[in-house]
Amino acid sequence: MDNIILSLILIAPLAGALLVILVPDKGKLPAWVALATALVTFLLTLHLPTHFSPSAPGFQFVQDSSWIANPAIRYHVGVDGLSLWLVVLTGLLAPIGVLASWKTIQTRSKVYYALFLVQQTAMVGVFVSLDMMLYYGFWELSLVPMAILIAMYGRNLTENGGPKAAIRFFLYTFIPSAPLLVAILWLYAKTHSFQFEVLQAAIANGTFPAGALCWAALAFLIAFAVKVPVLGLHGWLSDLFSEAPIAMAMVAAGKLGLYSLIRFHVNLFPVQARQAAPWLIGLAAVGILYGALLALVQKDFWKLLAYGTMSSLSFCTLGIYGFTLAGLDGAVFQTINEGVIGAALFVLLGVLYDRFGTSQISLYGGLAKKTPALATLFVITGLALVGLPLFNGFIGEFLVLSSTFTGVSVGWGATATVGVILSAAYLLTLVQKVFYGPQSEMVSKAPVLDLNGLERLNLWPLAVLFLVLGVAPNFWLSGIESSVIITSKKVLGSSTNPIGIDPKHMLTLKLDASSAATGGQQ
Amino acid sequence: MNPDILRILPEIVLTLTGVLIMLLDAGMPPASSRRPLGWVGALGVTAALWTSLLQLSLPDGTAFYNTVQTDAFSVFFHVLICGIVIVALLLSLDALPANQHHRGEYFALIVFGAVGMCLMTSAVELLVVFIALEISSISTYILAGYRKNTAKSPEAAIKYFLLGSFATGFLLYGVALIFGATGTTQINEIAGRIPHPTPSLVLAAFALLMVGVLFKVSAAPFHVWTPDVYEGAPSPVVALMSTAPKAAAFALLIRLLYTSFPMLEPLWHPLMWAVAVLSMTVGNLAALRQENVKRMLAYSSIAHAGYLLAAFAGLGLSGIAAASFYTAAYAAMNVGIFAVVTVVSGYEERLPLIGDFRGLIYRAPVVGGLLLFFLTSLIGIPFTAGFFGKFYSFSSALQGGAVWLGLIGLLNSGLAAAYYLKLAVSVAQPPLAADAKLATPRAPIQVGVAVGAALAFSAAATLILGIAPSRVLRSAQAGAATFHRAESTPPGVAAPGKLTGQ
Repeated sequence: MDNIILSLILIAPLAGALLVILVPDKGKLPAWVALATALVTFLLTLHLPTHFSPSAPGFQFVQDSSWIANPAIRYHVGVDGLSLWLVVLTGLLAPIGVLASWKTIQTRSKVYYALFLVQQTAMVGVFVSLDMMLYYGFWELSLVPMAILIAMYGRNLTENGGPKAAIRFFLYTFIPSAPLLVAILWLYAKTHSFQFEVLQAAIANGTFPAGALCWAALAFLIAFAVKVPVLGLHGWLSDLFSEAPIAMAMVAAGKLGLYSLIRFHVNLFPVQARQAAPWLIGLAAVGILYGALLALVQKDFWKLLAYGTMSSLSFCTLGIYGFTLAGLDGAVFQTINEGVIGAALFVLLGVLYDRFGTSQISLYGGLAKKTPALATLFVITGLALVGLPLFNGFIGEFLVLSSTFTGVSVGWGATATVGVILSAAYLLTLVQKVFYGPQSEMVSKAPVLDLNGLERLNLWPLAVLFLVLGVAPNFWLSGIESSVIITSKKVLGSSTNPIGIDPKHMLTLKLDASSAATGGQQ
Repeated sequence: MNPDILRILPEIVLTLTGVLIMLLDAGMPPASSRRPLGWVGALGVTAALWTSLLQLSLPDGTAFYNTVQTDAFSVFFHVLICGIVIVALLLSLDALPANQHHRGEYFALIVFGAVGMCLMTSAVELLVVFIALEISSISTYILAGYRKNTAKSPEAAIKYFLLGSFATGFLLYGVALIFGATGTTQINEIAGRIPHPTPSLVLAAFALLMVGVLFKVSAAPFHVWTPDVYEGAPSPVVALMSTAPKAAAFALLIRLLYTSFPMLEPLWHPLMWAVAVLSMTVGNLAALRQENVKRMLAYSSIAHAGYLLAAFAGLGLSGIAAASFYTAAYAAMNVGIFAVVTVVSGYEERLPLIGDFRGLIYRAPVVGGLLLFFLTSLIGIPFTAGFFGKFYSFSSALQGGAVWLGLIGLLNSGLAAAYYLKLAVSVAQPPLAADAKLATPRAPIQVGVAVGAALAFSAAATLILGIAPSRVLRSAQAGAATFHRAESTPPGVAAPGKLTGQ
C-alpha cells in the first residue's frame, strides 16, 4: 500500500473526473460524484500522516519507475515532512471546495466538476513529484483548469471580468514558466537526469558554472515567486480573487508557490538562494506592510481579502529566506494555516456574496443580529488570521517574527510586526463594518438567512482545525521539522559565510513557542 | 510472383483503391450519396498501411532496377502518410456537403495523391522521385480548388499550380544537371561519382534540387504560396496537404542530404541553419499579425518547418531521427487542429476569423477543449507531441554545436505562444451578447461519426507522442540506422539514431 498510495491519490480525482463526464447531467448528480471523489481522495491522503515516520530520513512512500527513455523522464514520486501536510491540506480543501460550489454552480456543472477534480490531481502532483519534468508537467497542468474555470465561471463584476482575470492569471504564471522550462532543460543537458536528488547533488558538487547557475536559479525563483505571489509580481491576485469561483480562488495563491520555493529554489540552489535572500526578505517585509495597508483602505471585500492574503503570505516568504530553522518551520506551518484560514474566509465571504450579491463593504452593516452564527464564525476566522494565541496563526507568525528579530535584522522584524498589527486593524474593521453598527438599508430589507446546514458543515471543521493546529503545534511541526533540518543543514553547511545563527538556539525558541501555546491552554 | 512487387505493394494497393473508387463512382446513380466511396478509400488506405508494415519483414533492399528501396526509413514515412490520409478521408466524409460536385473523384484524388507521397519516400531514382512528386502535387492542385463557387479556392489552386510547377521545374533541372555531372540519377550512386574537388555543376544541381524540395516543405524564403493556398483550399484538404506531402518532401530531403550529398555537408549545414532560422522567424512574425485562423496556421506551419530543419544542423546522422520524429509530431497536432477548424468553420467557412471562434468552449466544450489541447501541443508544452518534437530537434542542433540556433528556436517558441494564445483566449471567452440576437442563430456544432473518429485519432496520436514517445522514437531511430549502414561512416561521427550523449 505504501508504495502505491501516492499514485492512488493522483489517480482518484482523475477517475472521478472521468465519472463526472460520463454520468448524465441530471440535477446534482455531477456534484455528488465530485463530492464522493473528493472525500475518497481526502481519506487516501490521511494514509500518509498515519504511516509517516518522522525519524526516517529522505522521502517516503516513494514510487520510482522508468517512463520515457529519452529524455530520461521517470515517474518518481514521494513525500517528506515538507510536502506531507500540504498533500493532506489539498485533500481537505477538495470536499470543502465542492461544498462551496454546491449552490453557486448551477449550469454546466459537469465541465466545472471535471476540471475541478483535474485541478486536484495537478496540485497533489506538484507536491509529490521528485522528477523535475514530471513536476513541470503538473505545474503547468495546475494552471489550465484554473484559468478555464475562472474564465467560464467568473463573477463578471465588470464587463468580461472573469475572462480578463483568467487571462491575466494565465499570462502572469505561464510566461515565467517558459524560462523555468529552459532552466530545467539546461540542468538536464549537463547531468542527463531530471531527478531532484541527482540534480541537487550535481549542483552541490559544482558540476555547473556558477554564473549560468545563477540565471537558472533566478528562472526558478521568478516562476515560483509569481505564484506565491511576492510583492511586485502580485498583479494577477486581486482580479482573480474578485472574479474566480470560491473553490478556485482559495487554492490559487500560496501553497504551490511557497512549497516550490522551498523545495526547488532553496534546496536546489542553496548558494544562489542565499544571495537572493536579502532582496526577498526586503520584499517580504515590505509586502507584509504594503498588503496590510492596501487591505485597510479597500471598499470591496474580495480586494481586501486579496491584499490581506498577500500580506500574510509574505510572512511565509520572510520565514523561508530568513534561513533560520524556526523561520522555515514557521513558514511551512504558516503555509498550511494560510490554506485553511483562507479557505474559511473565502467560504464566509462567499456566503455574504451569495446572500446579498455585492462585495461593497459600505452596503453592509449590523448583520450580526440577523445572522449570529455567521458572525461568530467570521470572528473566529478573523482572530485566527490575526494571530491570536491559541489559534494556528499565532504559532506561524511567532516563529517567523521571533526568528526574524534574532536571526535576520531587528529592522525587518519590526516592519513585519507592524504588519501584524495592521492585519488586526483591517480584519477587525471589516468585521465591525459588516456585522456591527447600525443596520444598513440592504441588510434590514433582506430576509433573515443565517448559515444553512451545508455551510455549517463546511465551516465548523475548519474552525476546529484552527484550534487543533494552534494548541498542538508540535504534532504537526515534528514531521515538518524532520525535513526542514536537512534543508537548513544543507543551506548552512554549504555556505562559507553562515548567517550566524545557531540552529540549536532556534530549536529551543520553537519549543518555547509551543510551550507558550500549550501553557495558554492550561 | 515477382518479389519486386512486394517493395511497392502499398502503392499498388493505393492505386487499386483509387481506381476502384473511380469505377464505383461511375457505376453509381448520379443522385446517390457518395459516402460509401469515402469509407472504401479509408479501408484501402488502412490496407496499404498494413502492407507497408509487412515490408519491415523484408530485408532492406531495392527493386525494379534500383529505383525503389524499402527500409525502416521508408516504412516509417509510409505509415505516417497513410495515417494522415486516413484521418483526412474521415474528416472529408462528414465535412463535404451532400451537394458537392465530383464527390467521388474527391476521394479518389486523395488516394492517388497518397500513391505519389508514399512513392516519394521509397524512391531512390531521381526520375521516379520526380514522377511521384508530380502525382502527389497534381492531386493536391486539384483538391485545393475544390470549392469552385468561391473566389478564393480557384485562386488558391491556380497559385499553387503555377508556383508548384515552377518549383518542380527547378527540381527537374537539378536532376538533369546531376545526370550531366555524374552520369547517374540514382540517389545511392551520386555520392560515389562526384569527383573531388566538387565541380560547380554539382553545386548548381544541388541548389536547384534544394529549391524544389524546400518549396514543397514551405520553408522560407520559398513559403509565399502557403498562406493564400491554405486560406483558399477546403479545410480537410489543408489538413492533408499541410502534413502528408510535407512529410514526403522531408523524407526526400533527408535522403538527398545524407545519401547523395554527404560530402557537401560543410555547405548545406550553414544553409539549413539559415533556412531554419529564417523560416521560424518569418513564420512566427507574420503569424502574429493574422486574423484569419487558416492563414495564421499557414504561417505557423512555416515556422514548424523551421523547427524541423533545425534538426539538420545536428552532427552527422543524429538529425535524421529527430527530424523524422518531428514530422510525425507535427502531423498529429496539425491534422488535429485543421480537423477542429473544419468542424467549427464548416466546409463553406462561414467563420474564418479568430474572433469567430469566440466562446467555442461554451458552444461545444469537447471540440473547444480539443482545440485548446492541440494549441498547447503546437506551443510545445511538455507531455504533448509538440514538446518532444522540439526537444529532440533542438537538442540535436545543440549537440551539433549550433547553440545560437537552439536559442533562436527557443525564443521563437516563446514568440509563437503569443498567437496560439490569442486563439486560445478567443475560444475561452464567453460568447458576445450580440451573438444571441443574431437573425440566423449559429448552427450548433455537429460532430459526425467519421469526424469524431478523425478528431479522436489525432488527439490520441498527439497525446501518445507526448506521454510515451519512446516507441515512435525507436522507429525513427531504426529508420535513421539504415542511413548508417548505407553510408561508410567516417570514424568520429555520432552513432546513428541516437541523440548523442543521452
